[in-house]
Amino acid sequence: MPQDALAFLGRYALQRLAALGRSTLMLFNALSGVPRPIRHFRLLTAQIHFIGVQSVIIIVVSGVFIGMVLGLQGFNILKNFMATGSLGTLVALAIIRELGPVVAALLFAGRAGSALTAEIGQLKASEQLSSLEMMAVDPLRRIIAPRFWAGVISMPVLALLFCMVGVYGGKLVGVDWLGLDDGIYWSGMQASVELAGDLGGMALKALVFGLVCTWIALFNGYDCKPTSSGISAATTATVVQSSLAVLGLDFVLTALLF
Amino acid sequence: MKTRRTEILVGLFMLLGIIAAVVLSLKVAGLVLDSSSDTYTLKARFANVGSLKLRAPVRVGGVLIGRVERITLDGESLTPVVEMAISTRYDHLSSESQAAILTAGIIGEQYVGVTPGFYDEDMGTTYLKDGDTIENTNSALAIEELLGKFLYNSSSDK
Repeated sequence: MPQDALAFLGRYALQRLAALGRSTLMLFNALSGVPRPIRHFRLLTAQIHFIGVQSVIIIVVSGVFIGMVLGLQGFNILKNFMATGSLGTLVALAIIRELGPVVAALLFAGRAGSALTAEIGQLKASEQLSSLEMMAVDPLRRIIAPRFWAGVISMPVLALLFCMVGVYGGKLVGVDWLGLDDGIYWSGMQASVELAGDLGGMALKALVFGLVCTWIALFNGYDCKPTSSGISAATTATVVQSSLAVLGLDFVLTALLF
Repeated sequence: MKTRRTEILVGLFMLLGIIAAVVLSLKVAGLVLDSSSDTYTLKARFANVGSLKLRAPVRVGGVLIGRVERITLDGESLTPVVEMAISTRYDHLSSESQAAILTAGIIGEQYVGVTPGFYDEDMGTTYLKDGDTIENTNSALAIEELLGKFLYNSSSDK
């Protein structure tokens, strides 16, 4: 039936629109209001520990391996053109401009985003969010806000770490194993990487990705159906939506920045 | 005790982030933290600067002594003027020195090569000071011009 299809489409669009509105309201309510520096600082450090510190291992290991793979592939291809001197430039620009923020954000969504969604979904399913409200504690400010800020703060730090170890991973393969000169690796890099343009762009990307990923994760948890299947659907939705958002936004930001 | 440990770990995490930022800016982006006060400016007039870029190196015998600071076109003579910031450690370049725009390798970056001239007070040579101009210059080798001349000449020979 064409009417049914049309009605379905309309209902779906309205649902999406309402979800967008709810998520914006949630973020706004969580971040507005008077912050209490000392108590919220405790909550914030606990969340940075959960979101940031516990993601360091996976970020560092992936960064080293991605740098090493770039070094290996780049060296073998550049060797054909007698241009192995550009290896440092290749590794640094690839990691800093694109791979660093994007891969770090994808890992962040998988490691921290899904955990956030599941945690908040569980709080909701066991009615702990409602009990907080019963005790006149605003769950948005007490539960959502510290997690949001922790994600926004952690993501750029993780991306910086990823870039640093990635560049050293490329050096490990290119210089220490394949015999490229140490000075050529670094000087080629220093001549081509710009502080404001490349590193600043990287930090901006990481900040935007951190904001978007954390927001998606928190909203999916807060808005999920309070059942076990609802939590699992929300966790899946978090990873899928965050990954798509990161890849899409990366294109937009690259087009604007570089 | 548990919050204390969390706080220390978070502090360590932020410290790691700061270290990464510093390493990236110093080692990868090549940010140099020296002030520009220990350089002096030399100018050189070229007929053609090719694709010389800002911050291109200035070398004597391959050793870096400074960087290109500004490239402008002289309003009256319509010739390009290259201003170079030279480290004050190298402050006795003779006024007979030559500057040339050279290319590193066949397709490499262009840089300014300075060949030091002789220094003899009796013949009136001096050391170059801040703001002085190197008179003796060789322009960039424009491969497309050479190619054009070569093609033109070889076709007219027939």
